[in-house]
Amino acid sequence: MSIWLFLLFSILKVAVVTAIFLGGVAYTVLLERKVVGRIQNRWGPSRVGPFGLWQPMVDGLKLFLKEDFIPAGVYRPLYLTAPLIALGCSLLSIAVVPFGSQDITVHGVKVFELADLNIGLLVLLGVTSMSIYGIALAGWSSNNKYSLLGSLRSSAQMISYELALGLSLVGVVLRTGSFSLADIVKAQSAHGALSWNILGGGQIIAFLIYITAAYAETNRAPFDLPEAETELVAGYHTEYSSMKFAMFFMAEYGNMITVSCVATLLFFGGWNSPFGHLFPEPQNIVIQALLALFWFIIKVFFFLFLYIWVRGTLPRFRYDQLMGFGWRYLLPIAMLNIVGTSLVLSALMANS
Amino acid sequence: MHLILFIIFAGFCLAGAINLLLQTHPINSALSLIVVMSSLAVLYLLLGAEFLAIAQIIVYAGAVMVLFTFVVMLLNVGEEEKTHGSKAAKIIGFPAIVAAFSVLTTVILAIQNKLGGVKLSDGVTPMTELSTVLFRDMLLPFELTSVLILVAILGAVALARKEGHR
Repeated sequence: MSIWLFLLFSILKVAVVTAIFLGGVAYTVLLERKVVGRIQNRWGPSRVGPFGLWQPMVDGLKLFLKEDFIPAGVYRPLYLTAPLIALGCSLLSIAVVPFGSQDITVHGVKVFELADLNIGLLVLLGVTSMSIYGIALAGWSSNNKYSLLGSLRSSAQMISYELALGLSLVGVVLRTGSFSLADIVKAQSAHGALSWNILGGGQIIAFLIYITAAYAETNRAPFDLPEAETELVAGYHTEYSSMKFAMFFMAEYGNMITVSCVATLLFFGGWNSPFGHLFPEPQNIVIQALLALFWFIIKVFFFLFLYIWVRGTLPRFRYDQLMGFGWRYLLPIAMLNIVGTSLVLSALMANS
Repeated sequence: MHLILFIIFAGFCLAGAINLLLQTHPINSALSLIVVMSSLAVLYLLLGAEFLAIAQIIVYAGAVMVLFTFVVMLLNVGEEEKTHGSKAAKIIGFPAIVAAFSVLTTVILAIQNKLGGVKLSDGVTPMTELSTVLFRDMLLPFELTSVLILVAILGAVALARKEGHR
């Protein structure tokens, strides 16, 4: 295969994935407003289009047309780059996520993954750790007390919970023996839902730690202290308006989608059907591919719903409680999980 | 391809390092250091050391430098004033650097044949190989290093605790 064909396919894939991802972000916002509305016994957006389906488009247009205001005291270079860093990291992390079976290729190019890396999982962690800068620099360069407090909180919170997040994934990696996300999914494909890491892999504790730490990493309720409205106005993005604010907003929802994708891949068998090989597989390759995408999207949707459900249910943590919870409970439990998983695995290896 | 990437990121690396020295504001210097570390990670990747590259990003660019910027932000350090520097450094500095680099180059050139060569386009070293070396062949040095780091942490805690008698 020539390099030009590869380049063309890659650009096409990037364009399609980016478009779908941004569309997903827009409609996740709508989903959140609708579901939180129902939880609070009201309708949510319902005026624009059927069921309010045009709301994200109109919101986007509104944000575009708003005045882009830059306050006088800000440190301009960093104030302008911070939203770019936040959104860039958010978009970058979707590149390593495989959406469907690796066997489906066109001219030797994998259709359902942008980049198949040996270290896919680590790249995700790396991008997550870099995304702290977007928030930290936004808060600092705004020259505003509330923004600074918000960004300090977020830096501390994200560093603390990144450890628990990383350690919770070690059990899964130990089971698979690979950092490649596609390999991790393949290792869970044997018996449907029974061989998923959360059930057959015995990684349910790791999953709970992961989902808790990931909520803290994405600054979502109940860990949304960096933008706690009641204390900090709007936290790190207080001084941002128009599209710059929208970029932070998109970054947050993009991170939510990525976290949901990773939870699906690592613990819920990715694109594998929960029924395993119970039903005969369809012969047509297109139907196979669509079926895989269907299961993947259903699972991701479930996690997005969970995000919103948790936000509508739980009250916000206090700051010292947040730190205590991360360091005193999540981290030791994650370490115990690693020790336990390795003991079981070595016992199994010794037996066989 | 590899060479083009190498030139671009080596350029970034040098530009970041020079910018780090020229900037007067600590947060700009810290950000330049992040650029240096990230470009170094790309250089490691070009040499086929993928784990080293991503560890560089996660540990140095992601964690250590966040703490740096955190401290800078927390203390709200302002612009630094430029001093004229010491006279001795100006006079001796340049010859000393030239001398040090010439010694290094002579040594490297002299034992060039004994050092193993590395090409930019070398294949990626799989992580299983790295872990075999790290956890089987080099286990003792590895564990000793971790003990050393543990001692350093305990030392930091002891220093921080010195004043409040509890």
